[in-house]
Amino acid sequence: MKLDELIQSSGEWLRGEGPEADIVISTRIRLARNLSQFPFLTRADEGARIEIERILSGQISRLAARKSLNYFDVTSLQRLDRQFLVERQLISRELSEGQGPRGVGFSTAENVSLMVNEEDHLRIQVLRSGLALESCWQEINQIDDLLEEQVCFAFNEQLGYLTACPTNCGTGIRVSVMLHLPALVQTKEIQKVFQALHKIGLAVRGLYGEGSQAMGDFYQISNQTTLGKSEEQLIKNLKDVIPNIIGYERRVRTALVKENRQGLHDQVSRAYGILKSAQTITSEETMQHLSSLRMGINLGLIEDLPIPTVNELFIFTQPAHLQKLRHTSLDSGERNVARASYLREKLAPQN
Amino acid sequence: MKCQTCPSPATLHITEIVKGVAAEHHFCEECAQQYLSQAEAKGNDLPAGVVADEEGESKLKELDQLACPNCGITFREFRKQGRLGCPHDYIAFQEELIPLLENIHGETQHFGKVPKRTPDDSRKQYRLIKLRGELKVAIAEESYEQAAKLRDEIQRLEQETPVAPADEE
Ligand SMILES: [Zn+2]
Ligand SMILES: [Zn+2]
Repeated sequence: MKLDELIQSSGEWLRGEGPEADIVISTRIRLARNLSQFPFLTRADEGARIEIERILSGQISRLAARKSLNYFDVTSLQRLDRQFLVERQLISRELSEGQGPRGVGFSTAENVSLMVNEEDHLRIQVLRSGLALESCWQEINQIDDLLEEQVCFAFNEQLGYLTACPTNCGTGIRVSVMLHLPALVQTKEIQKVFQALHKIGLAVRGLYGEGSQAMGDFYQISNQTTLGKSEEQLIKNLKDVIPNIIGYERRVRTALVKENRQGLHDQVSRAYGILKSAQTITSEETMQHLSSLRMGINLGLIEDLPIPTVNELFIFTQPAHLQKLRHTSLDSGERNVARASYLREKLAPQN
Repeated sequence: MKCQTCPSPATLHITEIVKGVAAEHHFCEECAQQYLSQAEAKGNDLPAGVVADEEGESKLKELDQLACPNCGITFREFRKQGRLGCPHDYIAFQEELIPLLENIHGETQHFGKVPKRTPDDSRKQYRLIKLRGELKVAIAEESYEQAAKLRDEIQRLEQETPVAPADEE
């Protein structure tokens, strides 16, 4: 598979299906693992890094038959391609901007990704559309088991899987659910959610678009600690609390409609109007209007647009995607024009 | 994870509750100092949990001398970069790390998945890390005889434990 082919499609996790997909964008689980016979990367010289990459990329090829994985040597990718994979959620910023031998293997459907020589020797990630904690865990646990048949991961009985950063040791697991919470943000009720989550040891992070500007209304909720609880317990913590947040967002949406249906309808229609007709638009403004539009569709206020199209627009209007679509590098002003033109094209009424 | 105000790695994770709103901060040591002294000056609520030990200067100096016999990282280097050097550090710095882990996780005993490999393997793994380190030094010092010995020893150990994948079938 060539990297450029990816621009023709989008990841399965964007298809907007799965339980609670109107509010839960995606579920992600990642595991941090290190080969026990090598130092962590801060102390690994070029030779060790090459050897780690050789062993792990070999393992990824071995898994490829079952998981249809494609392996890419990240050092040989252009900056734009690396950025593209970051926007696609297939690699982290850290892997993209890192140094030395490193790589990634990901599945054709973009549900599974294995990063080599990131902060740890190996970061396994499974991503799904909607709320799918169990199936993510099943799949990632199986991949981990398959790898473990062949390689020896650093582990000790007291501290579990040993990781470069002590904040990840134990299970090495990070379970995250990405939520779209426009009504809670609009009514500022979101602060109450933050407080409640914090009390039970869950972390909340806003998503970031270009630069460090917050990307409207998307929040990622994940476990804060990794040691002392089993993977199942950590998953259950999230599983117990997510439905409450979903219910809360739904109630506030209903209340907003009840209080001021016309005002809300006006707001989302204007957002739609701007996206359909702007001649130049920033990434930040796009995110904000797409967020309104997405809520409008889920409330039945806008009926001629499917959710997966909107989900895709969030990804395809990001800088590297626009440049890949245009086959050329664009500065920020040019990107705003290209973004507006892409949005007009995608949102034009179907004839 | 990077420090939120400069490109250094974040080594201190601060959770703060301001007017009932929880905020998370990730800083390198330097920026954390700055942040905390500013916060104090402003008279904010005190941070709920600063993940760092507040030892005295002399104790710190003593700690900083500690080095891992396998990879050579000192405790000071770890504190600076927030990343350990090798799996053995968890044992080499155990006394210092346990309170830190308790602070981060609220627990100090793993209770999750266990790999099928026996812990017996891990001792061999640490030995391999150490030998590889020595090999590097031997080559740098051009002690080729020593290097050859080390290389043999590494090969012998590697063949004993199937740590690397049996090359593609
Ligand atoms: Zn800093
Ligand atoms: Zn070490």
